[in-house]
Amino acid sequence: MIRNVLALTQRELQATFFSPVAYIVAAVFLVATGYLFMDGTLVPGGEASVRAMLQSMAWMMVFAVPLLTMRALSEEYATGTIESLMTAPVTDVEVVLGKFFGVLVFYVALLAATLVHVVLLFRYSAADFNVLAWGYLGMLLLGGLYVAVGLFASAMTRYQLLAALVGAGVLGAFTLLVDALAATQGGAWRNIFGYINILYRFEDFAKGMLDTRALVFFLSGTAFFLFLTVKVVESRRWR
Amino acid sequence: MIRVQNLIKVYGERRAVDGISFAIDEGEIVGFLGPNGAGKTTTLRILTCYMPATDGNATIGGYDVFTQSMQVRKIVGYLPESTPLDMHSRVREYLNFRGKIRGLDRTAREAAIRRVTELCWLGDFINRPINQLSKGMKQRVGLADALLHDPKVLILDEPTIGLDPTQIRETRNLIRELAKRHTVLLSSHILPEVEATCQRTIIIAAGKIVASGSPDELKERIRGGSRLIAEVSGPNSEIKQEIGKLDGVTGVEVHTDNGWHRLTIDTQRGRDPREDIFKLVKQRNWSLRELRLEVGSLEEFFVQITAQQMQEQRARKEVRA
Repeated sequence: MIRNVLALTQRELQATFFSPVAYIVAAVFLVATGYLFMDGTLVPGGEASVRAMLQSMAWMMVFAVPLLTMRALSEEYATGTIESLMTAPVTDVEVVLGKFFGVLVFYVALLAATLVHVVLLFRYSAADFNVLAWGYLGMLLLGGLYVAVGLFASAMTRYQLLAALVGAGVLGAFTLLVDALAATQGGAWRNIFGYINILYRFEDFAKGMLDTRALVFFLSGTAFFLFLTVKVVESRRWR
Repeated sequence: MIRVQNLIKVYGERRAVDGISFAIDEGEIVGFLGPNGAGKTTTLRILTCYMPATDGNATIGGYDVFTQSMQVRKIVGYLPESTPLDMHSRVREYLNFRGKIRGLDRTAREAAIRRVTELCWLGDFINRPINQLSKGMKQRVGLADALLHDPKVLILDEPTIGLDPTQIRETRNLIRELAKRHTVLLSSHILPEVEATCQRTIIIAAGKIVASGSPDELKERIRGGSRLIAEVSGPNSEIKQEIGKLDGVTGVEVHTDNGWHRLTIDTQRGRDPREDIFKLVKQRNWSLRELRLEVGSLEEFFVQITAQQMQEQRARKEVRA
């Protein structure tokens, strides 16, 4: 089980590094993050915290992650490699997990690159280390959920572009859309929209707090979308 | 080694595989022959656990392809029709990955890659990126992958499609060589292909098995309805009448050209009245310059039975409509 997942993760990572899309996404993301950091945080009198940077990273990932996950399964369907993969002695769960960790490793590499800003922050100010640690843990959990949603979208179609649009659409619904809806509603609806808003759940981490509810939210959300992905992969064969 | 019982696969309204049953023993090399869309690929995909059947069952090496899918996958090497490969890796990397997911450890993988490199002549391009390879080279990489874990059963879907004549010959030789150690089931829509490599042929059309047997047996079956060709000179009406009266002759057609009558003689199944014709000609003092048995080719047989099957299917559809 673990050996198969590792082999699949390695292959996925290799495929990600092979595609120009990953480099473009990484470049755009890092430039944008750098700009926001220089402009918003690294200014005289600015707040010595990564909070603002992490929050803007969290919503940029709504569009960046689906671009990283779009090829994961769609490409296998389009090129037919799914057939040689699924006739080898690997289970659907192993395939989905391998792809999940493959993209997640790339995401972590992207995240690690933003630590440059953190080094600057500590050099010029007395920033709080706790905020930083919990903030990046939050980014990791958020990444897991985003990647799971992206994979789910990729499992549904052989067209990569469609997978990216569906992935960004679902993530957009759980972030930007529910945010807008919550503003127009009151009472119970407002609470519900607030609860399922991924960015709200992330806010606690960005503030440097570890809320178990948020932890459960991210882990169960990730597991749920991975489960759906496995089911979609399975069901395609019954047709 | 392979047992298939009443296999059915329905896609929406269409029955792609319609109650196929056959058995293949260990060490056999069997060709699965049929026109495009006959259900060959679907059957092979069910056998390799890529998709489940709608009904019926199949076992390979005693394992059920549906309930014991992992065991089946371990003993089967499969070359899918379009030879899908990972375009982002090099040949060696790809084979290494395929070895890993088949549970081979590092030393076993290295040995296996060495073995298939030699077997499939990958030596020249083992370190090349796969996306730079020609169709023929890719085919060999696909075959090498199917052989990596030394499987008991090899299932090859159209293994020579898209290859040039030299490569086709080389691949056929390789497959014949492999049949000494593995049970082989290969599909093709080209008859000489199957005739050249296989001990036994299963012909399918429109999802059903229409004939099966060794190439010689299949030829034998066609001979039953053969025709005789004779060229005789003599009085036209008399010739037609007299030969028509011979034992075992069911019909005579005559074409006259320059004083010679070319006769096309239909005979009863299993009868060969050539000797009687010769004796008759001699007795009447006619002249004879040709007398031969026209044996239908396997090709003709194939076209005939598959066309028949298609026609029946069309008729059924019309009835339903």
